This record gives sequence, C-alpha cells and structure tokens, in this order.
Amino acid sequence: MESRKTQLWVGIFVVLGVLALFFIALRAASGTMTTSGETYTLYAKFDNIGSLKVRSPVKVGGVVVGRVTNISLTGDYYEPLVEMSISKEYDEFSETSSVSVLTSGLLGEQYLGLQPGFIDDSVSMLEDGDSITDTKSALVLENLIGQFLFSQGND
Amino acid sequence: MSQFFENVGRRVLDSVAGIGFALAMFVSAIIGKPQPRKSWPLFIKQMYVVGVLSMVIIIVSGLFIGMVLGLQGYTILVDYGAEQSLGPMVALSLLRELGPVVTGLLFAGRAGSALTAEIGLMKATEQLSSLEMMAVDPLRRVIAPRFWAGLISMPLLALMFSAVGIYGGYLVGSGWLGVDEGAFWSVMQSAVDWRDDLLNGVIKSIVFAFVVTWIALYKGYRAVPTSAGISAATTSTVVTASLAVLGLDFILTAIMFGG
Amino acid sequence: MTQLVELKDVHFAHGDRPLYNGLSLTVPKGKVIAVMGPSGIGKTTLLKLIGGQLKPNKGSIKVAGEEVPKLSRDKLYELRKRMSMLFQSGALFTDMSVFDNVAFPLREHTELPENIIRSVVLMKLEAVGLRGARDLMPSELSGGMARRAALARAIALDPELIMYDEPFAGQDPISMGVIVKLIKSLNQSLGLTSIVVSHDVKEVLSIADYAYVIADKKVVGEGTPDELRNNDTDIIKQFLQGNADGPVAFHYSNDDFTTDLLGGEK
Repeated sequence: MESRKTQLWVGIFVVLGVLALFFIALRAASGTMTTSGETYTLYAKFDNIGSLKVRSPVKVGGVVVGRVTNISLTGDYYEPLVEMSISKEYDEFSETSSVSVLTSGLLGEQYLGLQPGFIDDSVSMLEDGDSITDTKSALVLENLIGQFLFSQGND
Repeated sequence: MSQFFENVGRRVLDSVAGIGFALAMFVSAIIGKPQPRKSWPLFIKQMYVVGVLSMVIIIVSGLFIGMVLGLQGYTILVDYGAEQSLGPMVALSLLRELGPVVTGLLFAGRAGSALTAEIGLMKATEQLSSLEMMAVDPLRRVIAPRFWAGLISMPLLALMFSAVGIYGGYLVGSGWLGVDEGAFWSVMQSAVDWRDDLLNGVIKSIVFAFVVTWIALYKGYRAVPTSAGISAATTSTVVTASLAVLGLDFILTAIMFGG
Repeated sequence: MTQLVELKDVHFAHGDRPLYNGLSLTVPKGKVIAVMGPSGIGKTTLLKLIGGQLKPNKGSIKVAGEEVPKLSRDKLYELRKRMSMLFQSGALFTDMSVFDNVAFPLREHTELPENIIRSVVLMKLEAVGLRGARDLMPSELSGGMARRAALARAIALDPELIMYDEPFAGQDPISMGVIVKLIKSLNQSLGLTSIVVSHDVKEVLSIADYAYVIADKKVVGEGTPDELRNNDTDIIKQFLQGNADGPVAFHYSNDDFTTDLLGGEK
C-alpha cells in the first residue's frame, strides 16, 4: 500500500519534470495568441520590417487587436510579407487602412500599428485573407542618418 | 616550521586519499551486474525521498525567485523603456544560472544533508556492517539507489524550478506590472535558444546533481559514527556541496558561455 | 573434531594502536565458544576479522578451511552467506518492519516465493518468541526484543556459524536469561557453531563449551568453564572475580600519580 503511494508520487514527480521541460522548450503558451476568441487573417507587404517578429502585437491606437503570425519573403523581389491574425471583434477595417512598423519607446520592441482608413460607399471592408496595400516600413537608423546627411549636402 | 609542513603534507595526502576512496566507492557502487528486480523498488523509494520530498521547497522557491526577478527586472528595464525585454531577462537568468544553481544549493540543504545523516546513522547503528556481514554489498544496496535517484531527480527539480520561475516572472511582469503578454513570450522566444540556454542549463544541473549527491553519500559513508561525527559530516556536506556548486558553476559558465 | 574457525598468530593494529600481537584460537564445529576480556581490547574487532570486514596485518584466519583475508570479493560474500553476526545494537534496518527485517536475507539471497518466505520468517520469529511482533517497526521494540529480532534475522539463512557481539550488554536480568537460553537452544537444535564475545562472565560461562580470555593483546587463558574457574593465574582470577586491581590496571596510564600532579611545577 505504502509502496503504491510512493510509486504514484514518483510518477507524478517525473511527469511534472517532463512537463516543465516541455513548458520551457515550447517557451510557454503558444496557444494564447490574442486574448483568445476567433480571429481572421490579413496580409501586408513591406519594404523593410526592421526587427518585427512573429507574435509581435498589432495595435490600433495603442490597443492590441491581433498578433503577427508569420513572416516570409514573397515575389520576385523578395519583399517581406507579414501575416497577422486580428480578433474577429474588430472586423470593420476598410480597404484604405494603413499599417506601419513602429517602435515602442526608444529601445523597445517593434510592433505593427494599424491605422483604420476612411469609410464611404465606394470602399469595401477588409476580409479574411485580404492584403493591406498601404504600408510604411520600419525606420532604419542608418538610412535616416544617410538621408539627413544627403539633405544637408544639398543645401 | 617542520611541524607546519608536516601538517600541510598530511592534509594533502588525506584529501588525495579521500578522492581516491570516493572514486573507488563510485566505481564499485555503479559498476557491477544490475539486478533490476531488487534495485528498482529501492530506486523508486529513493526517488520519493530525494525527489518528491524536495519538490515543494523547489517549486515555492522557484515561484518567489521568478516573481522577484520580474519585479527587479521591470524596475531596471523600465528606465530604458525596454520593459518588454523582461521575458528574456527572467528566462535567461533562470535557465542559465538560477535554475541549476539555486536548485543545487537547495538540494544540498534539503536532500544532501538528509542523505548524509541517514547513511551516517546507518553506519553508527552498525546497519552497514550488518549488511556486509549478510553478504549484501552496502555500496550497491544503500549507495547506488540513492546516487541514481539524486542524479535523476535534481535535473527534473531544476527544470521545475525554471518553469515555475518563468511563470512567476510572467505573473508579476504581465499580470501586475502590465508588460504586454505577447511581447513577454515572443521576445523571450526569440531570445532563448534551446541548445545554448536550455540544454546548457540541463547539463549544469546534471553536473551539480552528480557532485552534490556524491559529496552527500561520501560524507555519510565516511562519517565518524558518533552523534558529533554525524552532525559534523552533515554540516560538511552542505558547506562542501554548496561551494562545489558555486565553483563548478563558474567553470561551466566560462566553458559554455565564456568562449 | 573439525575446526570451523582457526586463528593463528594474528597481528592487528588500529592505526598506530596495536590490538593483537600473536592471537591464536580455534573454534570447533557445533560448540559454543566464549571469548572474554575486559572492555577496549577489541573483541568486536576479532569478529570483524573473522567476518573478513577487517584484514589482519599478519597471521592466518581460516573459516571452514578458507583463508579469509586472501579471499576474492565474490568468494568472501559466498562465505559470509554461511555465517552471520549479531551486532551489539541489533543493527535492525530502521526503515523496515520486524517481518521485513527477518525476510531481508532470504529475499536477498534466495529466489524463494513469497509464501515460503513468510513461513520461514514466522518460524524464525517463533523461535525467538516474537511472532506477535512481526508488524512492529524496530523503533517500537525494547532493547531485548530488538536483539531477539536481530537474532531471528541472523538465523534466517540457517548459517553454520553465528557470532554474538556482547549479546548480554545492557539487558535486564530477564531478557538476559532469555537470550542465554536462546543461544544454547539454537546451538543444539540447529546444530550451529557459536562464538560469543562478552564480558558478562557468569552468563557466558553458563553456556560455553570452551572459553578464551583475551588480555594484553593475546590469549591469556583458555579452557572449559570449570578449568577457568579453577585457574589460578592472577589475570584470570582478577577477571573472573571482577577485582578492581590486579594485572589489568584500573588506571589507564602508568605514570606515577604524584609526579603527574607535581608535573606542572617541574
């Protein structure tokens, strides 16, 4: 009787250890994309995504509405294509919406800022699988400095 | 003066002899034909004593250390607007250092001292002698199952410690201080490498497990069989094992991350 | 008569302190042999030498015709299965019940099925009168019961030789009587050979067939109990009668007391 209890505990112990390993190996909680709930997918092409990463947040006015789910290169010119999943709660973005790679704070992580576009009868809403065409790439410090020096030289 | 050199010489000889004995003990405990039918229940029992009974202290300490890391890390990082790097900070310090090292230290205090005291007491009450007279090798019967149990359970404990610690950091960082949940995990994911960080941490904990368990068993087996002797041996286990963990940690860190 | 144990000219030292200088004794099969002597002369060491746990510096120790110090590990362990030792403290395994303690050597060395082990254990416990205590843990036993339980464990494998280390020390008169009777009856009924190491002269002489008195690092007297009682060597007389002074000095050191006292003023 005593030994059965011991065996059970040792079993639990080993299972917990292995679970801990899995938890760390998968670096935790890969299922909790947004605040849970249903999502739809949008795409956006950029020239440069900076240090945007999979699972980076997508924000509207600072509010998280979704996450980056995939980053790949497409087309003949190898342009970065970002796949993001947005919560179904916010499914009324128009085609004229724009998306840009932004940085939180000076040294912070980069995220996608989604700017809802204007709405009138001639534009339709973005649906699952659509692409956002109006994109602004990440600011790259070296390019900025280059541009600055270049414009100085022109004066 | 010659007295001094004599003492130093004797000390050196004694410690060399001690290492030799520990090695011989190791070899005869581990090597030999395995008898799974007899050793398996003994091993399970020791897993319970050494591993399961240490679980509570490891999990509680892990949780608190993770929460403290979250709190401290946040207050430092927020000054640079880099609080989203909290995830990797917590995860890396736990996986690379705190997990194996603190588990090693706690394990030395919790399980190591118990092992030394138990074996010392078995020696004092002639149980080891009596095993030997019954033609049962005490090294295989008493030492080996405890050794394997220590070697296997400590890395598991270290993993639990790190996992619970990361979760504690997440609770404080994300739940309380408002670091973005996704950023916490995603930045952590991109910063933590399973080979560099997780595997090296596990290797560290295996090395510590070996050293701590072995020191505890050796000290118990060589204890002077009196109450004063056993208490001295127990103290010595905790001190030696802790120092060994910290010293080895530096060496391993230098090898793994230094070059 | 065949000799089960033979010690010839054994020299042994604990570190720098010599314990035996040329000790010789023989133990014939089927007898109860007593080894007596004052405390601190290493009687336990003698049993450990016979059991092969210690090696002599010089001399020969033969058990059942085998030279113990020269045996390989495996041979020594084979030989040990034929002998057993009753430790002064009993040395029961504190993490097992009395039943499991007695069953331990059987489970280790035989492949007997559990129901046969059960019968054997109960038989052995019955022999020492502890059948009812089989489910108790060693910590719940009195000193005398613990020693009897240890005795049951010692005879579990039906050894040829059993060595008792101070079996009477620290026992009340009743349990002492019980143990005396047990040693005697086990010896007769199981036909085993016993070596009893003790300084309880009266008890040990009442059951011994032959006795040795050890003092001053060697055997100083031997004989049947009657011969010893009539022996008029000073040292044996002192030991058997329990005189405070005699050849075995009451004082540990031999320095003159007055010089030692005045030593600080020299």
